[in-house]
Amino acid sequence: MTLNAEQGERLSEILSLRSDKIAKRWAEVAAAPLKGRLSAAESGRQTAELQQQLQSSLKNGALSLDGAAGAELRALLTELSRDRARQGFTASETATSVFALKTALYENSDAAKGKAEALRDYVAWSEFVDELGLFTFEAFARAREQIITQQSEQLMELSTPVVKLWEGVVAVPLVGTLDSARAQVVMERLLQALVDTGSPYAIIDITGVPSVDTQVAHHVLKTVMAARLMGAECIVSGIRPQIAQTIVTLGIDFGDIPTKASLADALRHVIKRLSADARAAKREQ
Amino acid sequence: MTTVVGAAQLQAIVSDEDVVRVRQLVRTAAVTAKLSLVDQTKVVTAASELARNTLVYGGGGQAEVSTVDNGARRGVRVVFSDDGPGIADVELALTDGYTSGGGLGLGLSGARRLVEEFELNTEVGTGTTIAITKWAR
Repeated sequence: MTLNAEQGERLSEILSLRSDKIAKRWAEVAAAPLKGRLSAAESGRQTAELQQQLQSSLKNGALSLDGAAGAELRALLTELSRDRARQGFTASETATSVFALKTALYENSDAAKGKAEALRDYVAWSEFVDELGLFTFEAFARAREQIITQQSEQLMELSTPVVKLWEGVVAVPLVGTLDSARAQVVMERLLQALVDTGSPYAIIDITGVPSVDTQVAHHVLKTVMAARLMGAECIVSGIRPQIAQTIVTLGIDFGDIPTKASLADALRHVIKRLSADARAAKREQ
Repeated sequence: MTTVVGAAQLQAIVSDEDVVRVRQLVRTAAVTAKLSLVDQTKVVTAASELARNTLVYGGGGQAEVSTVDNGARRGVRVVFSDDGPGIADVELALTDGYTSGGGLGLGLSGARRLVEEFELNTEVGTGTTIAITKWAR
């Protein structure tokens, strides 16, 4: 909704004429739903900042949020939304801080006295504030999505460590759901670790994977195949009794890939193989 | 006579996360129905396969999870439905190792072996509905 020039002028006028009263009322109404989770001073500072920006934008001829004139106002609203999203406020609580301006405007203009002219202005201003509020809402949603994406990326990094378990043995303890994106990360990291450490053995531990279905098995099989191509041998450990029975019923074939019930069993198996390799190397000398 | 105990829970399947949610719902229902750990794992895995099929081949749909009682035993029933392309050759789709995607080709056939009751209704162009039931022993 775009204000016409006179409506914008009158809004600018009332904002500067009743500046203090509006600021006070706006801060009060905005702080109410935040229930003390954000200090009154902080919320007041934000609304005051918005008020100042609104005033200067109006002076520069911004009659809506669009275009170059509304750019600074948009930036400020986006910043407010981002701050609130990070602090864990809801979208409504954030947008209410903007909508609160309506109450402050109504009570401080002639609209409260029921003058028709003033009411017409108020309706136009109100729609303008709605636009600001909706923009805040959208900015908030965007900020939240950004945070979620960042967190899931961080989680992905955290949840797929490749650890050196022994000289020549690396292990990947998988925890949680193994979807395609994570399987890809696991594979890349494991293969890189194999190169970096020069390990001939890798253990993939699936103790922490709650449900092993064909997709998980497929990803594990592909990872093992890739490691084999690089000359490393993989052992899959952490096959619990219920998982073993389910894998058999599903008909998944792990082929000649060694599988063990626990990580300890897998390590024991690898150490045996390592000492056998060492003996063989000695004999050859 | 099979009766539903409590309210059935609906879960839309439109993303990978929803497959995880279906798994969690089924696991909770399986615990409520007092299935053994092995049976819980089996029905959860079957649900996981079918939910993923609903998503990948059916283009999304929904799952309805409920706890059922046939007088003697309790169990878990899950109904998957989608409005996707349907399955043209059911027998082929239920063959071990056959896949039209890039998987192992064991999801549908494996899921059938993991549960006691498996009903598949499909019509090309209309969609597919699969109902599975796992009973406590």
